[in-house]
Amino acid sequence: MTLLKPTKSPRSEVAATISLGKAKTKVKAEPDAQLGRRTMWGPAFALPHGLGLAIFTLLPIVVSLVISLFRWPLLGTPSFLGLGNYQRLFSDPIFGQVVANTVLFVVLYVPLNLVVSLGLAAWLTPRIKGRHIFRVIFFIPSITPVVANVVVWRMLYQPGGFIDGTLQSTTGVSAPNFLGDEHWAMMAIVVMSVWQGFGYNMLVFSAALDAVPENLTEAAAIDGANAWTIFWRIKLKLISPSIFFGTMMTLITSFQVFAQPFILTKGGPGSSTSTIVLYIYNQGFQFHQLGLASAAAWILFVIILGVTVVQFLGQKKWVHYDA
Amino acid sequence: MLETTSRIRPLTARPLGSRVPGRRWTARIRPAIGYVILCLIALLFLSPLIYMFATSFKPPAEIFSVPPKLFGSEFRWQNYQEALNYMPFLRFMGNGLLVSAAGTALTLVVSAFSGYAFSRQRWRGRNLVFMVFLATLMIPQEVLIVPMFVMMQKVGWVNTFQALIVPWAFTAFGAFLLRQFFLGVPQELDDAARVDGAGTLRTFLLVMLPLARPTMAVLAVFSFISYWNSFLWPLVVINDVNNLGTIPLGLQMFFGQQGNQWHLVMAASVISMAPTLLLLILLQKHLVKGIVTSGFGGR
Repeated sequence: MTLLKPTKSPRSEVAATISLGKAKTKVKAEPDAQLGRRTMWGPAFALPHGLGLAIFTLLPIVVSLVISLFRWPLLGTPSFLGLGNYQRLFSDPIFGQVVANTVLFVVLYVPLNLVVSLGLAAWLTPRIKGRHIFRVIFFIPSITPVVANVVVWRMLYQPGGFIDGTLQSTTGVSAPNFLGDEHWAMMAIVVMSVWQGFGYNMLVFSAALDAVPENLTEAAAIDGANAWTIFWRIKLKLISPSIFFGTMMTLITSFQVFAQPFILTKGGPGSSTSTIVLYIYNQGFQFHQLGLASAAAWILFVIILGVTVVQFLGQKKWVHYDA
Repeated sequence: MLETTSRIRPLTARPLGSRVPGRRWTARIRPAIGYVILCLIALLFLSPLIYMFATSFKPPAEIFSVPPKLFGSEFRWQNYQEALNYMPFLRFMGNGLLVSAAGTALTLVVSAFSGYAFSRQRWRGRNLVFMVFLATLMIPQEVLIVPMFVMMQKVGWVNTFQALIVPWAFTAFGAFLLRQFFLGVPQELDDAARVDGAGTLRTFLLVMLPLARPTMAVLAVFSFISYWNSFLWPLVVINDVNNLGTIPLGLQMFFGQQGNQWHLVMAASVISMAPTLLLLILLQKHLVKGIVTSGFGGR
């Protein structure tokens, strides 16, 4: 079975493939001639999946753009508006705040997630006894239903709940009303989200660190480098493709934060924790303005696309693929 | 800086028979302290779940006790009974099982074929099409819900299981994962099958697919979990929660109605988490492998 292991570091290959603009397809000792002649089987095999993606991913993007140009009620006939929905969004202070909240969430959440996951991954070296148990523990909330996670944290944050109760009994001071206080609410959502979300990156970074060849770190140690230097100068560089990819996925998913504010705060107090996807949901399916919701979704799409492109452009400075 | 140096020395470069006995003692105790701290962190990390579990067995009057207690005066199994009476969680589980199993099956079939096409078959435009596939991974589900809902309206799928199943079965994650696997299969196997007179379809179905079982298992686990936990889309497209709801939807509705009955809400949360926890414990190897090979799984 060892023969059938995938080629090295496949995971960083998604990033590499996209960024270099070409897919690595050749396997060693497999010249094209041997692969046989071109037949119609290839396209035929790819067709069902491709058709599905076209209908359920590419088409909706186009449809979304069309809908965003209409006043489109949930039921009833749409009427053409042109750029009216976009104009409305750009002049709506609530939407501005929603975008700002989302950006604030991303700015707080992504670095925290990366630091915690990288730190724990570095800590859980193969020398740690029972490391796979720790890995599984830290991964639990990544896999349990988000709604259940959020409901549990709703109770932790409750005045009189676990955090408040613990604080009162140990220090005699009541905790702030985390979810009802606009200074605390976003922080509460971020903390809950980090708890829930860092398990993925931790596993990925941990595997990448395991793959760092020992002779490199040993050589550095003989040259007098200490653990700290080895980590920053050698390991971090070698796992940079994983960090890049983890950062990108975390960024993309964090822009879509929904269930946490939806259940913890309903976007409140005021609209201090309302996010773009929560706004899309409310406009579309509470106020039945699908056109406006679509326009907001397109703005979110463009933001995410922009961030991704910037990431890809910036990666040349710090990501090393050929290690 | 000095401190880290002394931490690494004993493990690598320290000569036998150390000169400073005091140092050896700290060097031995330090990893132990680190380990205790790590265990405390893990415990703190788990505390929300422990608290949930403990609360789900408490009598309602004792939930907000100061200081918080792990156990109430009695062990109240009835909380679960009552939660199940308020909401048909067993039906939600059945629905979730149906939707997740069907979605997973569809995902496996289309991904196996396309993964094979992108790795072991030669055709014009293959790499370009694969790039497009990968690019779709950057498009978040959340920005697609409005147009998807309108499309479901047009075909009359609002409030149906197929609306939960079909649209999300075509994630490129599956094609990527299986392509990665097939790339590593030795060409000799194809050749041998061909010499034996097997055509493309038979080679794929009888030789390649059985080999791909471990990778298919990884994909299946991820697909299942992402269907099972999916929330925003069911929230949008399912109106009849009582009959067609899945676990996250049911829990959210239950929370909306019985939000102050924390003992019941926590019991319901335990019920909601149990199946995925079980899956995690049973299949942790597959899960870890899937994440490590792709970095995507279920995100």
